[in-house]
Amino acid sequence: MSKLQVSLYRYNPETDSAPYMQEFQVDTQGRDLMVLDVLHLAKEQDNGLAFRRSCREGVCGSDGMNMNGKNGLACITPLSEVVKGNKLTLRPLPGLPVIRDLVVDMGLFYQQYERIQPYLQNDEPAPAIERLQSPEERDKLDGLYECILCACCSTACPSFWWNPEKFVGPAGLLQSYRFLADSRDTATRERLTDLEDPFSVFRCRGIMNCVAVCPKGLNPTRAIGKIREMLLADAT
Amino acid sequence: MSTMRSLSFDAIIIGGGGAGLRAALELAKSGKKTAVLSKVFPTRSHTVSAQGGITCAIASADPDDDWRWHMYDTVKGGDYIADQDASEYMCSEGPKAVFELEHMGLPFSRFDNGRIYQRPFGGQSKDFGKGGQAARTCAAADRTGHALLHTLYQNNLKNNTTFLNEWYAVDLVKNADGDVVGCIAMDIETGEVVHVKSKATVMATGGAGRIFASTTNALINTGDGIGMALRAGFPMQDMEMWQFHPTGIYGAGTLVTEGCRGEGGYLVNKDGERFMERYAPNAKDLAGRDVVARSMVMEILEGRGCGEKGDHVFLKLDHLGEDVLGKRLPGIVELSKTFAHVDPAKEPIPVVPTCHYMMGGIPTNVHGQAIMQDADGNDQIVGGLFACGEAACVSVHGANRLGGNSLLDLVVFGRAAGMFIEGALNEGIEYLEASESDVQSAMKRITRWNESEDGETVPELKRDLQDIMQTSFGVFREEKNMQEGVKRLEELRERIANAYLPDKSHTFNTARVEALELDNLMEVAEATAIAALERKESRGAHSRYDYPDRDDVNWLKHSLYFPAEKRLGKRDVNFAPKTVDMFEPKVRTY
Repeated sequence: MSKLQVSLYRYNPETDSAPYMQEFQVDTQGRDLMVLDVLHLAKEQDNGLAFRRSCREGVCGSDGMNMNGKNGLACITPLSEVVKGNKLTLRPLPGLPVIRDLVVDMGLFYQQYERIQPYLQNDEPAPAIERLQSPEERDKLDGLYECILCACCSTACPSFWWNPEKFVGPAGLLQSYRFLADSRDTATRERLTDLEDPFSVFRCRGIMNCVAVCPKGLNPTRAIGKIREMLLADAT
Repeated sequence: MSTMRSLSFDAIIIGGGGAGLRAALELAKSGKKTAVLSKVFPTRSHTVSAQGGITCAIASADPDDDWRWHMYDTVKGGDYIADQDASEYMCSEGPKAVFELEHMGLPFSRFDNGRIYQRPFGGQSKDFGKGGQAARTCAAADRTGHALLHTLYQNNLKNNTTFLNEWYAVDLVKNADGDVVGCIAMDIETGEVVHVKSKATVMATGGAGRIFASTTNALINTGDGIGMALRAGFPMQDMEMWQFHPTGIYGAGTLVTEGCRGEGGYLVNKDGERFMERYAPNAKDLAGRDVVARSMVMEILEGRGCGEKGDHVFLKLDHLGEDVLGKRLPGIVELSKTFAHVDPAKEPIPVVPTCHYMMGGIPTNVHGQAIMQDADGNDQIVGGLFACGEAACVSVHGANRLGGNSLLDLVVFGRAAGMFIEGALNEGIEYLEASESDVQSAMKRITRWNESEDGETVPELKRDLQDIMQTSFGVFREEKNMQEGVKRLEELRERIANAYLPDKSHTFNTARVEALELDNLMEVAEATAIAALERKESRGAHSRYDYPDRDDVNWLKHSLYFPAEKRLGKRDVNFAPKTVDMFEPKVRTY
């Protein structure tokens, strides 16, 4: 087997006037490596290649990127899943400013996360032990709390590309619903009031790119639908 | 020098994992000028990978549970060199700290009565080892670390903590009196190097599993705090004590939680035999991790390993059924499919003992204050320096940590450090300002890398370091092999001192970060190697063929590694808990 052809998005603002694609030949020794392993091999060829990575097992959310056209996590994406015709093209997550190579500025993404007040709010005094929650109530948080903030979803969302300042985006809204759905949270009204403008939630057009790319198998579109229902019920 | 920007804080917390965020939360709530400085966005810290849970006697699974039983297990699990005052503090304060997490919103799994779900974990007992297996590990499915870290980050947002995200701490700044008065740090995005001044500097930098070739640890676990403290001349405690987790996925090294065995899974050899019944007749697969890891290696060495090479064993879960797997262990199902290509509902997972946790670290008291020794061997507080979490050795883990005790350690002692620093700041902390030359000496190594012109590069040196540690300081150790390892490390230190950083750019230069991390791996590796060579006994995770027995006459002690002389000294273990009788060292069986 010949070497894997890897095409990498490169941009270093100190030395490059414009971004470009650089070709690498990576010897995988025929193994079905993860894309992250390929990046490490490429970095041995070019020390200057920049990308984020941490847990290398799909739970920290550092290495979201665009692999042969689809967003995902490099560390849990095997070559067999993405490579077509022995070619792998890696680009930064779309729609966010590039700092260098595959490293994007996540500022806007985090702002939208902070914007939804991503913490439990409960104005009643806490008991001496835990607040009780039935298994059924707790089940409602499954599929919501597992988000790793990798930004694969929001950066695959055309609505977020157009209005990243005003549309919260799938990741932020998934977390918003995580707190709306929590039986222990008492700020439902305030949370909904904060979202009722035409942009925050209603810019979602149900395109479902978020669902297609989520590396944790979560469903932000469904969560957004639930928020819409709550907003509409609230308005009537 | 005058061109270097400086920032000033009451307290700077280096590391944005569970320990750092818990300390920061305490300080942010008190209104102190606090910053968390983290080389990754906080939720990317390694706490996120913790799976099984947080062990704590909240008396949910068993209304009669008692923190003293948990303390007994912890002391015994640590093979009697866990400090009993610290273990007492952790186990008795634990419930408060866990309930606080729940109040902050941590989505714990639940029992039918609405209380927090608890599962059995290794080394847990009722009634001081006499009442059988306990179920004391509070869990959010098998994603407890993720749930905990995100909850703490969220509550820091709520309390307006200042974050210096994607900043890398390079070295500590000490004043003329030897107090720690801040650090040199680099903003990774811009490459700007800044002098961070602080009255309290908290090392919450986590572990250093990346000194080994095979580890469950994240790529970022490079012992940065340990390296910084050693270069600043401070001693390290119990650095020979490294935990090898029984169930790392064969080949990939990713962790499979002990919770699998807590939920009823068990290990088998190539004959399909549940071999732990032979090694630990009572606790079986839920014996201490050191015991299980050694038993696995024995099976492999005696020819009963699985696979073509006979170099691993199997973790059997299929009998638990898809319901339990889907409800209690969904993350494990995912990881097994991704990294072992097996569906645990149908096939066993190939596993092998894998480096997992550093029991040693910066010696501290229960307030997180770093400790060194004076000329007469007495404890002495280091001015301005604190540590908590895996980077610290307080010591609640002794020679072997119990599963679920790391998350408890980091919330209890992160919180304790925060509370103590708040009090100290209220009383007023005054240290001598660092002089220009103090700051310059903390700039030395980053300057060296920046001026390097040729030589070996970081990836090959890192590989060699990991190979040395894996070869000479693994599950079983022996004098000659370790001497060889120490010698190879000496040579490696020379090579690293002359290594080369090809990329000198400023913007998000990850190659520079990796070079600086390599220095820290080197410091951790050498401290580990020398401590392991000098502790001439077997205790907990430190197992020697040539000294197979525990030696309480000479080694019922902490080891203390002094970097300047590369010497190993000793420090007394605390046997004086405040509210209970101390636990006498006994032969440790499961």
